[in-house]
Amino acid sequence: MKFITIDKKDWAKGIEKSRKTYQLFGPVKDKNGFFIKSLGKDMLPDMDYHDSVMSVKSVLFPQTENILTTTLDEAQEDHHIMKRAVTDYSPRAVLGIRPYDAKAIELVKLNFDTDDYKDPYWCDAYEATTFVGLGLNKPGPFDFSSSTGSGPFNEEGLDVLLADLDDKYLAKVLTDKGEAFIKACGFDLIADDKESQALFDILRKEAEKNIVSKISTDKLKEKTILEIHEAPFWDDIAFSCINCGTCTFVCPTCWCFDIQDETKRKASTRIRNWDTCMSPLFTKHATGHNPRDTKTQRVRQRFMHKLKYFFDKYDQGIMCVGCGRCVKSCPVNIDIREVCNMMNSYEKQE
Amino acid sequence: MENPYMPYPVRIDNIEIATEDKSLKTFKFVILNKEDEKKFSYEAGQFAELSIPGVGEIPIGIASSPVEKGFVKFTVFKAGVVTSHLHNMKEGDIMGIRGPLGNWYPWDKLENKNIVIIGGGFAFTTLRSSIIYMLDPANRSKFKNIDVVYGARSPGMLLYREELFEWEKRDDINMHITVDSTDDPNWKYHSGFVPQIVEQQAPKADEDTYAIICGPPIMIKFTQPSLTVLGYKQHQIIMSLENRMKCGIGMCGRCNIGKELVCKDGPVFTLEELNQTPKEY
Repeated sequence: MKFITIDKKDWAKGIEKSRKTYQLFGPVKDKNGFFIKSLGKDMLPDMDYHDSVMSVKSVLFPQTENILTTTLDEAQEDHHIMKRAVTDYSPRAVLGIRPYDAKAIELVKLNFDTDDYKDPYWCDAYEATTFVGLGLNKPGPFDFSSSTGSGPFNEEGLDVLLADLDDKYLAKVLTDKGEAFIKACGFDLIADDKESQALFDILRKEAEKNIVSKISTDKLKEKTILEIHEAPFWDDIAFSCINCGTCTFVCPTCWCFDIQDETKRKASTRIRNWDTCMSPLFTKHATGHNPRDTKTQRVRQRFMHKLKYFFDKYDQGIMCVGCGRCVKSCPVNIDIREVCNMMNSYEKQE
Repeated sequence: MENPYMPYPVRIDNIEIATEDKSLKTFKFVILNKEDEKKFSYEAGQFAELSIPGVGEIPIGIASSPVEKGFVKFTVFKAGVVTSHLHNMKEGDIMGIRGPLGNWYPWDKLENKNIVIIGGGFAFTTLRSSIIYMLDPANRSKFKNIDVVYGARSPGMLLYREELFEWEKRDDINMHITVDSTDDPNWKYHSGFVPQIVEQQAPKADEDTYAIICGPPIMIKFTQPSLTVLGYKQHQIIMSLENRMKCGIGMCGRCNIGKELVCKDGPVFTLEELNQTPKEY
């Protein structure tokens, strides 16, 4: 493991230098808050942000993405024969993402990169991306990442983890990709391993003290899917839900998508869009039959997927990293922390 | 890395109207590239995405059988945007198919067993594929008795009528064809709903007998008690499910029943497996 000290005065210069190799993304403020955006010329990541409204997932999984194209013009020899849409997968680096978002990418990878099928769009974007994280010194009131297997200084999914030390960053280089990025920036002031790690440990412990809410997941595994599915509390949980889908869009681990064809003149494109299990259309058959016709069924699906189906299927913990975005954004104050604890402590009445 | 979203280009070789009300048509496709044809090697019970550029995709069970070479066949009910478009297409048109997708009937487990096939309405496509597969001279000896109960509303709504009546004449398969009702005085087969005919005609269960059911939800619901009366256990009842799908490869997230994805872990499940999942199908 290697630690590098970066004086904040050198930060902008280094970042500029890396543009020769990398397309950059990072936190940028707009009228609705902070978002992870592509950094155009002269734009720098705003590293003083606390958290972003949307997660980093769109860098690998855009909200709308062309996947295939063809022409419907029968005068063309290759009409109606689909080709992969052209997308730029040159190296890119995302700067300053919070550790829970990087952990989320590792969870989403389980869906898109499997033994049977690989989603080429997601996998190519993943390969092309270097994740430079920024430890969260003062987690906010919605953060419960330390009880989900992530945390304010969690390293999973990151290539570099930065710690903000007021006048400088201490960078922990975690992978070869991370090493290459640091090199491209020209940062080369090596710090002492032992001292640096000790400093990271202190920062992590201090940060974790700020996390006041917790979820318990220890008893989720021992219950059957049907037991929790048939629990009596789902109507109460779903009562206030308006099925707006905000929770699914802000969630860093929600990956569900729709595929649609769009045609302009004779040029046809097959497009993948984010979808949401909160919509009745998500599961509606052509016959009109809908297996998840009621909002209770849909709300239950979201929580069961995150906290039980995923857990049982992959044995890699729950599909939630505790970023708290859904809690913060929900217009009717549905709180996944409460739901998780209800599911965890539920005992079937015989 | 193979792109699982990329359809194989196909040409519509033949279109046949499959039922008297014209709501179903059977499409025979020829795969344009020889290498693709090799890759599209399937088992009876699997499905594929029929892919029409500019319109969209639909998941449909494969009606041709692995023992039929040189083409793939699908029988499609006109229901939504893509199927309506497909019904208006013509022979020679170019489109795509993506697959084969999903699991299949458990053919290795079914060897040396008696098989009872139960189908209703237009859910007979992968069952046709299965019957052709089992009756193939190379395969027939692998199975013991084969019984088929197949019903539709009226004689004209039965799929693959010519084949049904051919099978009826054979002595290595017991056909029990039925219609809900008919005023045809020459109708020489059964009249009555599928669950009834199952109870009267299907063999009683023993350890070596398996039932495969495909049909509308109402038929499945009422056939299960008939099979229970005959002594079939949950693991001996095999069913094929349908749910709304997009990707067909277990990624887009909509077709799940509990932690199982109908497109990838299914569409074929035993009743024993289904009884452990939420009934979201």
